[in-house]
Amino acid sequence: MDPTIALFLAQDGVTNGAIYALLALSLVLVFTITRVIFIPQGEFVAYGALTLAAFERGVLPQTAWLALLLGAAAFLDDLIRLPDRRSPRRVLAALAGDVGFPAAVLAAAWWAAPRHLGPLAEVPLTLAMVASLGPFLYRLVFRPLAEAPVLVLLIAAVGVHLALVGLGLVFFGAEGFRTAPFSTAVIEAGPATITGQSLWVLGVTGGLILALWAFFGHTLTGKALRATAVNRLGARLVGIPTAAAGRIAFVLAAFIGALSGVLIAPVTTVFYDTGFLTGLKGFVAAIIGGLVSFPLAAAAAVLVGLVEAFASFWASSFKEVVVFTIIIPVLLWRSLRSGPAEDEE
Amino acid sequence: MSDLHPPARRDGVRPRLRRALLAAAAVALLPGAAAADITIGLIVPATGSTAALGIPVKNTATLFPEEIGGEKVRLVVVDDASDPTTATTQARRLITEEKVDVILGSVMTGAAIAVAGVARESEVPQLALSPIDLPAGKDNWTFRLPQNVTLMARAVVAHMKAAGVKTVGFIGFSDAWGDFWLRDLKALAGDGGFRLVAEERYARADTSVAGQVLKVMAARPDVVLVGASGTAAALPQLALRERGFKGVIYQTHGAVTHDLIRIGGAAMEGAILASGPVMVAEQLPESSPVRAVALDYVTRYEAKFGANSRTQFGAHGWDAVQVLNRVVPAALKTARPGTREFRSALRDALESERDIPASQGVFNFTKDDHFGLDERGHVLLTIEKGQWKLLK
Repeated sequence: MDPTIALFLAQDGVTNGAIYALLALSLVLVFTITRVIFIPQGEFVAYGALTLAAFERGVLPQTAWLALLLGAAAFLDDLIRLPDRRSPRRVLAALAGDVGFPAAVLAAAWWAAPRHLGPLAEVPLTLAMVASLGPFLYRLVFRPLAEAPVLVLLIAAVGVHLALVGLGLVFFGAEGFRTAPFSTAVIEAGPATITGQSLWVLGVTGGLILALWAFFGHTLTGKALRATAVNRLGARLVGIPTAAAGRIAFVLAAFIGALSGVLIAPVTTVFYDTGFLTGLKGFVAAIIGGLVSFPLAAAAAVLVGLVEAFASFWASSFKEVVVFTIIIPVLLWRSLRSGPAEDEE
Repeated sequence: MSDLHPPARRDGVRPRLRRALLAAAAVALLPGAAAADITIGLIVPATGSTAALGIPVKNTATLFPEEIGGEKVRLVVVDDASDPTTATTQARRLITEEKVDVILGSVMTGAAIAVAGVARESEVPQLALSPIDLPAGKDNWTFRLPQNVTLMARAVVAHMKAAGVKTVGFIGFSDAWGDFWLRDLKALAGDGGFRLVAEERYARADTSVAGQVLKVMAARPDVVLVGASGTAAALPQLALRERGFKGVIYQTHGAVTHDLIRIGGAAMEGAILASGPVMVAEQLPESSPVRAVALDYVTRYEAKFGANSRTQFGAHGWDAVQVLNRVVPAALKTARPGTREFRSALRDALESERDIPASQGVFNFTKDDHFGLDERGHVLLTIEKGQWKLLK
């Protein structure tokens, strides 16, 4: 191995690691606020990539219909479940948010799809569609189970994962897709060549991490989310609506997932079921971060990316084994350090 | 309970009537018992990781004829979800409940091997849609329609030899498909007069093959063989070209789908692919026995599912019908469908019928060779301006 190869592998590893970092952050975010181990996080990646690919082919992505359908279901669910929300003003507001928004996105997508408007129009539409799936799923699946044990929430998450993968096959077909790169630039920096696309990935990831930091550290909503994460009951006692916190967590998770998908779609072939494995690697990083620490999870994600890149060079047959084995020493260390696992809650 | 409800009446006509009705209902519900139709069970992975292979076969099944050898055909299509366990269950269900005369499938290697086990113990002929390897004696009831990997590998190696290739790099799937190709490449390296200088593996869902590509390029091979299938086969070729690899890149017949060109774009130009003849039906010479069947299939399939939608996987499904068209009349001479004798006669006919032309070659199954295709079953293709071109 010469320095050129090492540099190239490092670049590849950091780029992939950045994507895993985004996924790990959303997993930690969702878990701390709602206690859901969010297996379907990877599906948002696949949906994001494939929705954008559908736009590029000039086809209306079916994701728009799914968002509208889930929105309508969430709206009806609210009507039935929450009698105090039945005042005309609140119903209208809910209708606008749950049905009006996805319907507007659907209409815009319908209009935009055959016109090939380019990424500037298509990426925001993709993000809007996929990000809206998050809160609707939360309200339909996880909010009714908010007080259930972690295991029940995990099983529900697995169910959502299977449903989304199945729907992905129906929506996008079994074949993979790639999208046009945002940048085809190649920068020569000494012995290394840096591709424009990897700069995009790193830039967006960095920007997003900064934005998340600002959001959690410097806005009231962010602080309320943190409070919910620290102590759900306490947060409720001081007047933080924990259901709203869950909804925001899912919006962010779905948005970050979709964004990751948009970022990786030009560098790899994305299949309807690609998301699971990608999400799992983010999960490894999140576990290393103990499912609570954002900086630790992000750093671990970059490590996972690097290990993966170098493992694919040295022992490609055992690459996945190597990547997923990282988790074992971490788990050992954590369990030795914290003694016998405390009971739930 | 007993003091809430009066005891059931056990006298009179009604119980007997009920028993008779139940018996009649049971007879009516017995599947396949009504008429001596030929029942074909088709097991495909319509969902799961190999759905891209299964869906074209499922589509092809909509073109299957209503009658074979003058008998009505009942086709039962089931999904194995790309899971060998599910495939086993489905195969058992087809045999015990649907009383199938022949099983087609599965398309996925692991699932097809699982089905072969069931077919052997239940003595039902299986037309596998994957070129599965089975230990000697375990394939008595299994006939494969796709080309043997070794047959394809020989064609590829012959091309390499003619081009004077001295060193070969391999990047392939870390599954059975990659194993088959690597094994054959190693076995044939001596004949071909080349050395295998790098062997790297990746998975279908991998987002990057940068490490593997660098390793292969560090070994400086003359050519690279990508042992992968579907659109995922484009990933190594894209990465190789991006890193400036100038040599010829070979691909396997698992990769030959139009989606490969769509995904790979310009990087796919000049690749050399082993393939079944159906992909270039129009370019086959008039003298080829395959041409007429292949053109017929391609025309029908693409009329229904769109231009360039043809795949080899679907064509193997179509070839099952070509084979059955020949062997069913032969078997009907000795037995009726739905019987054990008929299934046995089908197997004998499969082993004895000669020169069955199909869209992917000409079948000659024998007692010892349950692959059945010869050199008429493969061609070499290249990609020129985004189109398949037959290499002469």
